[in-house]
Amino acid sequence: MPVITYRQALNDTLGEELARDPNVLLMGEEIGVFQGSYRVTEGLLAEFGPKRVVDTPIAEEGFVGVAIGAAMLGLRPVVEIMTINFILVAIDQIVNHASKIHYMFGGQVSVPLVIRTPSGGTGQLAATHSQSFENWFAYCPGLKVVAPATPYDAKGLLRTAIRDDDPVIFIESLALYDTKGEVPEDDDFVVPIGVAEVKRQGTDVTVVSYSRMTAIALQVAQRMEQEGISVEVVDLRSLRPLDRPTIIESVKKTNRAVVIAEDWYSYGVTAEIAATIQEEAFDYLDAPVYRVAGLEVPLPYAKDLSAASKPNANSLIYAIRQVMRGTKRMR
Amino acid sequence: MAEVAESAQPLLERATADELKHYYYQMLLLRRFEERASEMYVKAKIGGYCHLNLGEEATIVGLMAALTPDDYIFTNYREHGYIIARGVPPGPVMAELFGKETGVSGGRGGSMHLFDRKTNFMGGYAIVGGQVPLAVGAAYALRYQGKPGVVIAQMGDGTTNIGAFYESLNLAKIWKCPVLFFIVNNGYGMGTSVESGSSEPDLWKKGASFRVYGERVDGTDVLAVRDVVRRLRARAEAEGEPAIIDAVSFRFRGHSVIDADRYRDPEMVRRGRELYDPIRKFAALLLDHGVVDDTWLKSVADRVEREVQEAIDFANNSPDPKFEDLYKYMYATPVPNTPTAEDAIRAVKINRGEF
Ligand SMILES: Cc1ncc(C[n+]2csc(CCOP(=O)(O)OP(=O)(O)O)c2C)c(N)n1
Ligand SMILES: [Mg+2]
Repeated sequence: MPVITYRQALNDTLGEELARDPNVLLMGEEIGVFQGSYRVTEGLLAEFGPKRVVDTPIAEEGFVGVAIGAAMLGLRPVVEIMTINFILVAIDQIVNHASKIHYMFGGQVSVPLVIRTPSGGTGQLAATHSQSFENWFAYCPGLKVVAPATPYDAKGLLRTAIRDDDPVIFIESLALYDTKGEVPEDDDFVVPIGVAEVKRQGTDVTVVSYSRMTAIALQVAQRMEQEGISVEVVDLRSLRPLDRPTIIESVKKTNRAVVIAEDWYSYGVTAEIAATIQEEAFDYLDAPVYRVAGLEVPLPYAKDLSAASKPNANSLIYAIRQVMRGTKRMR
Repeated sequence: MAEVAESAQPLLERATADELKHYYYQMLLLRRFEERASEMYVKAKIGGYCHLNLGEEATIVGLMAALTPDDYIFTNYREHGYIIARGVPPGPVMAELFGKETGVSGGRGGSMHLFDRKTNFMGGYAIVGGQVPLAVGAAYALRYQGKPGVVIAQMGDGTTNIGAFYESLNLAKIWKCPVLFFIVNNGYGMGTSVESGSSEPDLWKKGASFRVYGERVDGTDVLAVRDVVRRLRARAEAEGEPAIIDAVSFRFRGHSVIDADRYRDPEMVRRGRELYDPIRKFAALLLDHGVVDDTWLKSVADRVEREVQEAIDFANNSPDPKFEDLYKYMYATPVPNTPTAEDAIRAVKINRGEF
């Protein structure tokens, strides 16, 4: 199977979907002439022309609203928001309109829209450019929120998202764009929305993660093996709908859970997962669920402070050791 | 037209020789600061995104020359030159780019988020358009408190396409806020030309439906910029009359240090740098008028070289912010149940694998 980057998987999929369905179009800042701020849309303007690959001015609220309205008439816009930080300018259109139109109008019209955007921080991008807001959207009924961790899932989920008739927030990561993985060629596989995947089997502790944190969890799982700790990694892939059964099944098997996400600790994704586990698997737990998340500061610029404020392999290893110290449940 | 009258005046009636020399020195300082900052970025002394003012020196120095200490300035993220021309020494600015405790924002903000309370430099803002309503708000406060001064809302050409700009124009006008919308029109927002992004490429006209007066100025002419700001500043201060200034210049390099600028024709860029170099133009003007000679120019170049090197040395020798100070600036009014220095130290130790 060919090994390609996460970026390539997205780029290929966008091209294939543009070719497959004339109602699919791309819209966003710097996606055409500039070739994409992070080169995800590279080459697509040349291939499909300006009707299908639409460069926008800096007007997120406007063009996201335009995409929603166009979707109501049957277009299938795939909007790129340069990074999730800038989506705040458009959040009213997404939360007050895109998420509600199908339900609130009695199912008469749907909004087949995808908004792709990288979330999280790397490389000292500082307070306004390093945030994770996927939980804000996952909070909102009517939206679907996905966050693939591998090139395979990126491709399969992007296909599904574009073919889905509801608004999908598609979370990417700057740190994942260059990561590589196997993706089958000439195979129209899809990855379903709302279904998590056990990315690694283990018996001692479950790590629940998504996006970039899944990549870290898989590396850590390998290291822990050498310490004699068998880590199971549940990759959420979708934040809404949330695949609670897969999480619970895993925790019932391992009896321990660590949840890791890059967003801020309080009111973040990890809180939702931990609450789910204690509600549905309390009797199976041998230790309290341990949460690993971002430190609660506007991300400082200074290199060391910045790095220390985001969860990493060390914080996950520490958490795993902590939950492993919990006494084994008597059954 | 007033601009014609201004520029028709003999040079030495428009400014004293000392003033002219000072403008030249400041422009060269910004130029070298940015060139060296770019070098420091490549050496990984600077991280994040780093946007340079190369080509915009006259716009910046002209603006600052027209302001008084009472005035306030809000800018976008391309703001190194503004804070220096406003009077902050290059050392603490470079130190901020290096993420040091001695930096203008204590190393917390970085290149895109510079701030200096003492000179009323009210911040660089990195969400496009974000600074514009803030500047109107500051002008609102000046008016409310009956204080002198005006507020500068600096922004790029691309920023005139975002909604916040239009809401700000309307609010500034109906509330009589002494604010100048200072558009640095460098032709591009990243890879998007003014013409392709704006239905009205004459950006100074964009206030028309709000009855906000606007004017275009050659942003490579330091005196022209200074004079238009002076004139509209006086009106804003006296009458609460906001205005747009559309200062046209040429972006010498890519959008930020890491942008390879592949979407612009290299020949066009080369010519642009030659034709629209505000420093070269100003040097020729000063030489022509006998205000300076080559020896003087050389001595300024040496002085600037030294000052920028000193700024780099200062930044290099400065301490990093301390881990225990991670939460130091969280709230202005302390309240219970917020993280402490001990929490910071514990969290950082775990993060660094020291357990
Ligand atoms: C709301 C928002 N959208 C997008 C961006 C990404 N972005 C940063 S700078 C920029 C271009 C701005 O161009 P312009 O206003 O002309 O300023 P210049 O960079 O040329 O000085 C863009 C699109 C952002 N920071 N904020
Ligand atoms: Mg610009």
